[in-house]
Amino acid sequence: MSGPSDFQPTNPALKWIERRLPIMGLMHSSFVAYPTPRNLNYFWTFGAILSMMLGVQILTGVILAMHYTPHADLAFKSVELIVRDVNYGWLLRNIHACGASMFFFAVYIHMFRGLYYGSYKEPREVLWILGVIIYLLMMATGFMGYVLPWGQMSFWGATVITNLFSAVPYFGESIVTLLWGGYSVGNPTLNRFFSLHFLLPFVIAGVVVLHVWALHVAGQNNPAGVEPKTAKDTVPFTPYATMKDAFGVSCFLLFFAWFIFYMPNYLGDPENYIPANPAVTPAHIVPEWYYLPFYAILRSIPNKLAGVVAMFGAIVVLAFLPWLDSAKTRSSKYRPLAKQFFWMFVVVCIGLGYLGAQPPEGIYVIVGRILTFLYFAYFLILLPVLSRIEKPRPVPNSIADDVLAKSGGKAATMVSSVIALMVAGGLLLGGAESARAAEGGPKPPGEKWSFAGPFGKFDRGALQRGLKVYKEVCASCHGLSFVAFRNLAEPGGPGYSVAQAAAFASEYKVKDGPNDAGDMFERPGRPADYFPSPFPNEQAARAANGGAYPPDLSLINKARSYGRGFPMFLIDFFTQYQEQGPDYVAALLQGYEDNAPAGFTLPEGSYYNKYFPGHAIKMPKPLSDGQVTYDDGSPATVAQYAKDVTTFLMWTAEPHMEARKALGLQVFVFLILLTILLYFTKKKVWANAH
Amino acid sequence: MTTASSADHPTRRDFLYVATGSVAAVGAAFTVWPLVSQMNPDASTIAAGAPIEVDLTPIAEGQDIKVFWRGKPIYISHRTKKQIEAAQNVALASLPDPQPDSARVKAGHDQWLVVIGICTHLGCIPIAHEGAYDGFFCPCHGSVYDTSGRIRQGPAPTNLPVPPYTFVSDTKIQIG
Repeated sequence: MSGPSDFQPTNPALKWIERRLPIMGLMHSSFVAYPTPRNLNYFWTFGAILSMMLGVQILTGVILAMHYTPHADLAFKSVELIVRDVNYGWLLRNIHACGASMFFFAVYIHMFRGLYYGSYKEPREVLWILGVIIYLLMMATGFMGYVLPWGQMSFWGATVITNLFSAVPYFGESIVTLLWGGYSVGNPTLNRFFSLHFLLPFVIAGVVVLHVWALHVAGQNNPAGVEPKTAKDTVPFTPYATMKDAFGVSCFLLFFAWFIFYMPNYLGDPENYIPANPAVTPAHIVPEWYYLPFYAILRSIPNKLAGVVAMFGAIVVLAFLPWLDSAKTRSSKYRPLAKQFFWMFVVVCIGLGYLGAQPPEGIYVIVGRILTFLYFAYFLILLPVLSRIEKPRPVPNSIADDVLAKSGGKAATMVSSVIALMVAGGLLLGGAESARAAEGGPKPPGEKWSFAGPFGKFDRGALQRGLKVYKEVCASCHGLSFVAFRNLAEPGGPGYSVAQAAAFASEYKVKDGPNDAGDMFERPGRPADYFPSPFPNEQAARAANGGAYPPDLSLINKARSYGRGFPMFLIDFFTQYQEQGPDYVAALLQGYEDNAPAGFTLPEGSYYNKYFPGHAIKMPKPLSDGQVTYDDGSPATVAQYAKDVTTFLMWTAEPHMEARKALGLQVFVFLILLTILLYFTKKKVWANAH
Repeated sequence: MTTASSADHPTRRDFLYVATGSVAAVGAAFTVWPLVSQMNPDASTIAAGAPIEVDLTPIAEGQDIKVFWRGKPIYISHRTKKQIEAAQNVALASLPDPQPDSARVKAGHDQWLVVIGICTHLGCIPIAHEGAYDGFFCPCHGSVYDTSGRIRQGPAPTNLPVPPYTFVSDTKIQIG
């Protein structure tokens, strides 16, 4: 983009266009001939990864918007129906939801890379500030997107974050009302968040164009932190950077696919599988993992306004970095002190992320304050001082010299730092996990599930038995509002025929109407009907159950979770363990004890259950031996009933699980093949450069 | 980067490049599939397109009703003797889309005409009992249909389609 293009098309038609709109010349000089420093490491591929992720998020987002309904009464259901009914809806939703996390994961590496190698220094200040603006826009977009499914965490997250603005002196309350478009978070809020969530990515794309433009004017920074001097210092963007980026993107896609196909809910909060309820606040309101450090800073300051200012300040301070750090040496590679402090800063950020997920009490508050201080001290005290007192090591004369001086040890450092980053990311996630653990009580025992693991499938027998248990026991209080009778005949389900599903449906009475006379009436169920709830509404359900509301069971296995403790979440990531919900539900069904232990006072109308939080549950023991007759000779015991009905509920929570795992296997085989091919192609291409 | 040899005799390097490119292209092609497939009707839409039953008793001779099936208006006309005769006594050769009346109604149920009420021109809804043939008239572009729903005048190319339906009993039909 710097200087006139030397691109000369030969085709007359292209010549005609180029004379009038030199777009091909622009593309050529930006992405083909553009000189790239030849010593870039793989941290530089995150720029390409981010461009791809922005594209992926916009594409899947536009598609999801075709199926989504931005209305407080319909949003939750529309998201569930995208996953259940839309062709490949589950895939698109997983890509978009996990994609948000991947986007932030990549942007953090991109930012830390810029920090480490001094990418914000002269002449790249504007480039850096544009990056900070993009990051702010990403945060706003990510937050508003998280609100759209209108689950419990969405609703309460929106309430908490918009209330931040009430800290503004004098105008605070008016600003919050303005943001809500009502007296509380409600339908107008959801509607405008949807509109803005659709708009902002295009604004981001616009700023990204400026970001790339500024990059191409100033040229890329590089690990040595010296500017290219001669032609020997650079290689043309295509094919060198293109192939390297393609390989990097392919590796990243493998990581991404792990989440999409095998851990789709690992990064989300189970609470968001419960529809928004303005009358009940979740025990812990935790933002998504990528906001946790800032959330920790917010909570560390014991003053509302100061906390909000500190939180926003933590991001805004980044924009002043070019002037806070006045060291002449760019890359921390040659700054022995700055290098060490950089890694300490990384640890501080991860520590803040961990604290953001902990309850704000006791030692966490104190450590949070210390880390908040250290966070700001790094920018406001350390870097300005360091840039004056530090004596950097000599930098190489040129990029070519840097490349020649490289030893084989480089790859090892790269790998270890990437692993360190991944472990650190895991820590952050684990922190988010443990925020839900505070309820206490014994951990439910891990059951063996046929559907666990990458090759897991539903046990058809268990699904059919579970359906029977549901119908004869659970259905007297609980509905399955997201499961239709037709689902029973769909692939991946209990394996009934269409006629069997229709016959099953006709045993139910479904309320319909109004008819020509204006009356509601009851008719036999049809395959297209959803499993009805036994109660007309929540109030009637509460009245019939001593004030307790029997939740809808369609999503219960996803809406329940329990903490897994420190190293487990890392193991969970690698073993793809995501059966906390089923383990919990099965344990709850079997956790009843006739007599509460000595010293425990059971509230009136409650029953003792060792796995229920607080141990006092309003639901009486639902299952007892011999209650349901099995035709296939399975033991008629509580343990068997619990296991079968939980398997069935797992299917109701995710009817496309088998399709997800099967497609995941194919995608993995493909991506591994592509990555290997790209690796060798990249090697061959780069062989020419040495 | 000089691969001058590639023009004459392919090298192992060319094979690697072509293989990488092809695998990437195949991947891109397969990726497009879910993005396109999601536009097709979803499972709940398909389930909602199940057959419907219509009771014919309240429809008097000379009357017609409109019901909806799969989002389309279906006209059910109880034809009079005169209308039936008019429909049957037409020289087929004079029709733009020749079809005998017997092919458009169920045998033994001559009085019931069931057609999808969407003009075959550009999809407007014709009005019943209008036009020169006492059949259907589409006000948008002037297509005229007769009492059998066959096109007689105007730009529409074909007759009003007959939806799949069966007589469950003498007074009840199932559409779909």
